[in-house]
Amino acid sequence: MTDTTETKHKAGWGSKETMSKLAKRHRSEKAFRMIGLGAILIALCMLATLLVSIASKGFTAFVQTRFDIEITFSQDVIDPNNTRDLEVLRSASYGSLVRDALRKEFPEVKSRRDLRSLFGIVSKGSVKQLRQLVMEDPGLIGQTKVISLIASDDMDMFNKGYIDRNVVEADRRVKDKEVAWFDQLDNKGAVELVFNTGFFTSGDSGEPEIAGIWGAVVGSFYTLLITFVIAFPIGVMTAIYLEEFAPQNKFTDIIEVNINNLAAVPSIVFGLLGLALFLNVAHLPRSAPLVGGLTLALMTLPTIIIAARAAIRAIPDSIRQAALGLGASPQQTAFHHVLPLSMPGILTGTIIGLSQALGETAPLLMIGMVAFIVDIPGGVTDPATVLPVQVFLWADSPERAFVEKTSGAILVLLGFLVFMNALAVMLRKKFERRW
Amino acid sequence: MLAEVQTPETTKENAIIKASDVSVFYNDKQALNGVSLDIIENQITSLIGPSGCGKSTFLRCLNRMNDTVPGGRVEGKITLDGHDIYASSVDEVLLRARVGMVFQKPNPFPKSIYDNVAYGPRIHGLAKNKDDLDDIVLTSLEKAGLLKEVRDRLNATGTGLSGGQQQRLCIARALAVQPDIILMDEPCSALDPIATAKVEELIEELRENYTIIIVTHSMQQAARISQKTAFFHLGEIVEVGDTEQLFTSPSDERTQGYITGRFG
Repeated sequence: MTDTTETKHKAGWGSKETMSKLAKRHRSEKAFRMIGLGAILIALCMLATLLVSIASKGFTAFVQTRFDIEITFSQDVIDPNNTRDLEVLRSASYGSLVRDALRKEFPEVKSRRDLRSLFGIVSKGSVKQLRQLVMEDPGLIGQTKVISLIASDDMDMFNKGYIDRNVVEADRRVKDKEVAWFDQLDNKGAVELVFNTGFFTSGDSGEPEIAGIWGAVVGSFYTLLITFVIAFPIGVMTAIYLEEFAPQNKFTDIIEVNINNLAAVPSIVFGLLGLALFLNVAHLPRSAPLVGGLTLALMTLPTIIIAARAAIRAIPDSIRQAALGLGASPQQTAFHHVLPLSMPGILTGTIIGLSQALGETAPLLMIGMVAFIVDIPGGVTDPATVLPVQVFLWADSPERAFVEKTSGAILVLLGFLVFMNALAVMLRKKFERRW
Repeated sequence: MLAEVQTPETTKENAIIKASDVSVFYNDKQALNGVSLDIIENQITSLIGPSGCGKSTFLRCLNRMNDTVPGGRVEGKITLDGHDIYASSVDEVLLRARVGMVFQKPNPFPKSIYDNVAYGPRIHGLAKNKDDLDDIVLTSLEKAGLLKEVRDRLNATGTGLSGGQQQRLCIARALAVQPDIILMDEPCSALDPIATAKVEELIEELRENYTIIIVTHSMQQAARISQKTAFFHLGEIVEVGDTEQLFTSPSDERTQGYITGRFG
């Protein structure tokens, strides 16, 4: 019976009808391939545009303008009583060393106002620079040495070409006199562009030329550490319990629906929850990675649970049966077989969750991690900020020099992300088993 | 009259498992309806019947694997050496160590061959030290007839073996726990004829030391290897008896119909 109906509809090989159908199918397959390829190309183009624009803007944040200026480490200024006491060395007026050096460098500058702008061409950070040099080697006192001082942010911008000298003076942040001083130094070969190590080793600062990203990197690290330590075990245990042990009933259905809903809750709501719970009830320290990590752990939990459940569900039942059939208890089955086998999938989900947490700003604003923090956090209870918040803070600052810092910080954030993902791929490879 | 003849015979042959009036429900669906069967020690008992007749379900009652199915419920009484295995004092995990199981699809763990076999002894603490464990693993592989083929690659993964080797590895894994009874759920259905022949040969050898209950779709297999055969149909046992007798002169016409290939 089926045969007859088939023959009725069956067109012969090479018949006109078959050929036209075939051509149509081939056309549609080709069109689909082109559309798919187009989608990938568009995505790649956007990614490339993003990366190129950030990298081209942020690249200059990694170098820094310095002026080679002869500094006289005068005994009278630093340590008049020749005590070599560290406290004396620390509190000495290194600013006057810089000012004396600049006066000597530009003896023609006399008026108070001009002197003030002259002193402004080097960064306020140069004081710290000199202090550090002297503290490390008190033998410098009494010597005269050429020191490469950090330039001010305006000079740095001018050197990097962000400030155009052809613009009328009134519209230009760097005035004609400063341009002349710069040129004079430049002609002497005293202007150099060096790698900005300070950007990677120091914390935030109000002065863009000495502001660094390290404080935020360490803050992000501690915050994610707390997030991982809290969310990973809880998430994995929840997933195992729900998948392997929990009875199927209304109650577990409600839990499942709620977990899925929680994954979709806006992150700022988790911030409010963190504020209410960890700061107002538990009185944990404000602005601390501990609180940030706990808050982000709340946010990451649903993602980890959902990914882990999917990974656990993908383990074939035959493995569970094999273990149970050998007299393994359900717990042994779960922990000896199901969990190790689902680990690659669980790790992937965890890294996705942590990457989300790494880029999260909104909930951290609620718990005070948006504060201006100069010190590098030494632990999870120290005040800290995180990378995305640092990006936000710098993008919000009026100084021109913070533009490149913002892009530089974004590059560091992306680097952090790539590092995390690479770690995930490595761990996954390690845990992966060939079936 | 027939019953009178059989009764002394069964006692003489020592029934290790006695199932009486066993019914199994999955939620509201009844899968098994009042099945009674005695399993004789050191014999091979085949369970045959068309798909969905409840033979696998019955098999899985004997080591309480049905407990792991949500909504599954077992009624009736099954005794092992006179002890009710569904009594609340019985731990199903310990029971499964005494009643091993081999599944339809070879399911070695994605670990090394050695670890596959060593897993059971490890969790039950059967080996006192490393040498003891090595001994158990090698003996079990030897009993399963696999040692010759894998001796030089015990650390290779178990899933890299051929289908037949994998199934024999699963048998070795079950033997390593030192069970008294081995349940086999269509152990050869995923294997080619040559691998099947090897596994069958192995099952016949194992009969000396173990009681084996095997579910099979192949009537030839049942006829070849088993001493007792039970024919299941629609969740009930239609006929049970000596294999030779059941295949040559079945007393029920449904059995007759099934073994001659009229249905099933």
